[in-house]
Amino acid sequence: MSDFKSGYPEYMQESLKKVSETRSSRFGKEFTPMTAEQRIQILEKFHPDWKPQMKRGLKIGPSKGMLIPHEVADIIESHSMIKHDEIDLTKIDYDLDVLIIGGGGAGLSAGILAKESGIPADKILLVQKLRLGDANSKMAQGGIQAADTSIDNPAIHYLDVIGGGHYANKPDLVEALVKDAPDVIKWHESLGVMYDKNPDGTMLEIAGGGTSRNRMHSCKDYTGLELTRVVLDEFINKEIGYTEFTSAVELLMDDKEQVAGAVLYDLETKEYHIARSKSTILATGGFGRLHIQGFATTNHYGATGDGIVMAYRTGAILRDLDSTQYHPTGAAFPEQIVGQLATEKLRGRGAQPVNKYGELFVYHLEPRDIESSSYIRECYERDNGIVTPTGMKAVWLDTPMIEKVNGSGTIEREFAAMFRNFNRWGIDIRKEPMLVFPTLHYQNGGVEINANTETNIAGLLCAGEVCGGVHGKNRLMGNSQLEIYVFGRRAGRAAAKRASKTNLGELNLNHVKRYDKWLEEAGIITERKSPIILPEYRGEKTLSHQLKIM
Amino acid sequence: MSKNNNDFVTIYVMGKKQKVPADLTIMKAMEYAGHQFIRGSGCRGGFCGACATVYRMRGSYKLQGALACQKQVEEGMIIAQIPFSPSEKITYKLNEIKANANTFLEYFPEIARCLSCNTCTKACPQDIMVMDYVQAALRGDIKLAAKLSFDCLGCGLCAMRCPAEIVPYNIGQLARRLESKYIEGPTEQVLSRCEEIKEGKYDKEIESLKNADKETLIKLYNSREMKNE
Ligand SMILES: Cc1cc2nc3c(=O)[nH]c(=O)nc-3n(C[C@H](O)[C@H](O)[C@H](O)COP(=O)(O)OP(=O)(O)OC[C@H]3O[C@@H](n4cnc5c(N)ncnc54)[C@H](O)[C@@H]3O)c2cc1C
Ligand code: FES
Repeated sequence: MSDFKSGYPEYMQESLKKVSETRSSRFGKEFTPMTAEQRIQILEKFHPDWKPQMKRGLKIGPSKGMLIPHEVADIIESHSMIKHDEIDLTKIDYDLDVLIIGGGGAGLSAGILAKESGIPADKILLVQKLRLGDANSKMAQGGIQAADTSIDNPAIHYLDVIGGGHYANKPDLVEALVKDAPDVIKWHESLGVMYDKNPDGTMLEIAGGGTSRNRMHSCKDYTGLELTRVVLDEFINKEIGYTEFTSAVELLMDDKEQVAGAVLYDLETKEYHIARSKSTILATGGFGRLHIQGFATTNHYGATGDGIVMAYRTGAILRDLDSTQYHPTGAAFPEQIVGQLATEKLRGRGAQPVNKYGELFVYHLEPRDIESSSYIRECYERDNGIVTPTGMKAVWLDTPMIEKVNGSGTIEREFAAMFRNFNRWGIDIRKEPMLVFPTLHYQNGGVEINANTETNIAGLLCAGEVCGGVHGKNRLMGNSQLEIYVFGRRAGRAAAKRASKTNLGELNLNHVKRYDKWLEEAGIITERKSPIILPEYRGEKTLSHQLKIM
Repeated sequence: MSKNNNDFVTIYVMGKKQKVPADLTIMKAMEYAGHQFIRGSGCRGGFCGACATVYRMRGSYKLQGALACQKQVEEGMIIAQIPFSPSEKITYKLNEIKANANTFLEYFPEIARCLSCNTCTKACPQDIMVMDYVQAALRGDIKLAAKLSFDCLGCGLCAMRCPAEIVPYNIGQLARRLESKYIEGPTEQVLSRCEEIKEGKYDKEIESLKNADKETLIKLYNSREMKNE
């Protein structure tokens, strides 16, 4: 050990020593899970979502009155980036059966299923504002849930989902989620996804926060990468149309009050294009890059909530956007990776959260909102956190425990990404713990859909993180990777079916005009425009900063 | 965050001199210098490969590769992003491909030109043994090619550097799909659970949960058995 070099500054060494000294006595120990009352108490006091001053009621539209974070209300209560009478709707650039907006897992799988349901490849177009597949979908590390072991079943899965979501989930959507789950895994394997297996050929399945059975399937800690690239490869093999670095900026309607495509904006040539389509699927993902309450985020560059804005302008109903998911274990050190995810799977395999004295202070697999709240309490109320050089407070996640529990070699084998991404900054997570603090992770709510992914607006389908209802007020790990393939595939099928029996009328942007009127009537005077498409990071804005939590 | 002068380094973004905070990644440093990415930024966390970058240090002949979101700036770095590597992905029908020793040569005949120079491996920002998996594919060793290429993000740096003009990441992709589909094959427990669901085995139980009121659900949830071993 003499040539071992710690990845942490001198002043943290004393605390690190305590973590290492207490490891043996913590081995095999678990902190008692909280009771239902304790959970409510800690959420009320510490969860960022439970602070009323951080939200406001929406002043316009069908979901008027819903309390949502200011940052989200800001993009919703904004003008369109186009003027309804400045776009030529008679020149159709793409005449389609199925238009898909967003090229993560939900969008890509929708494309494949639309084609398999009989829509010709050249009548489908996927519009993606970054590179195909560069999305939150690729970033999932932990895994994907599906109840397929002998001690598990979809009904048990159902109860975990709805309890974890604080009973606010839409039952039909939960049913679809848990019942389609094994079929999604089967589909992945038929496409050639390499899931981790036990030596006897059965699935390697691990625990996740809030799950009562081990049902997390994974591909090392590159689960999202593996799933996305396989589905993407298949999408390209099917020769389905797509265009990259092009953003949808507004949906189109026709004179029968149906959604009928979208206005597209080429980010490179700065030209607008008109895509007319019988079915339109929104699969634009989440909003982490809005940095709610100033939190750092795990999300990809394009997670700017475009979908909820475009849908809302057509009159689509939103739900559960009052709740936002903070992932308990975002990296807090070093500066270069602040906010990036340290997968929950680490805790699933035995890593324990401990304070600066090396003490356990919470059950390691509480649902995410509870787990996050307890880290915030440990740092801010009890002052048992470690302060980083940039002034962030954080707790330790004792990763060396993983090898103590599962044998040496486990981390390199199962956590190739985590091991590599921390090693790049001089931290060997086999030997030293990580510093973590909650980070903005997931948009729990979104556009309301039914089990066929239809919204209240004809012609508009939605799938994936842009939707609300599947996870209620809190999503469990592994259910979102599942959601995007359950509902992405359903959307592809439903869009194909609809296209075969739909006739479109004349295109218009009257809803954009109407929206300006709503804003005016509500007394909202603003220069803001949305969707914002890409976050603004030029100059000092790219730097991470201290949070004022309490 | 305020900084004093020696916390800064000088870098050259496509030749243009810029002074940036020393603790930033290449990606953030470019933003700090006023760039707004359209291409070249994706996950921002080392998972997508959108941010392939090449650089030389002043005074050094060596051309190096990195992921802009995963590499810290250094004094004298001369940086160019490679936002796109031109290559055509061969399309195939996985159901019709045979997983045998000649599969790779059939779809990627250019792999026979591999010089074993190891330039691809040296270029890989994920430290993958790229040459070894290309060679494994050439020998028809699907399993090894799949395993060695698993951590590939598809950033394209290997393909840009290969003197034999091979596009390794496409080969790795096919290897992994073949490995899973034909060598490992489907998992029994998944197939049988799908059958049970199709037969409606859990419908009644789920239906009753769907119709249960909140109080009942709370009771069921709080008393549910945990079998997490
Ligand atoms: C770091 C990280 C780890 C995660 N780990 C897990 C996990 O282990 N298990 C799990 O279940 N879930 C996990 N999740 C959540 C899950 O991965 C995502 O919720 C899910 O992948 C979302 O998929 P999607 O297809 O709906 O959206 P995305 O994958 O985000 O794709 C949406 C795409 O649409 C594009 N887009 C957005 N707006 C527009 C527009 N206006 N025009 C054109 N294109 C647009 C976006 O740029 C993006 O590429 C994780 C998420 C993150 C960020
Ligand atoms: S932006 Fe995805 S790897 Fe760098």
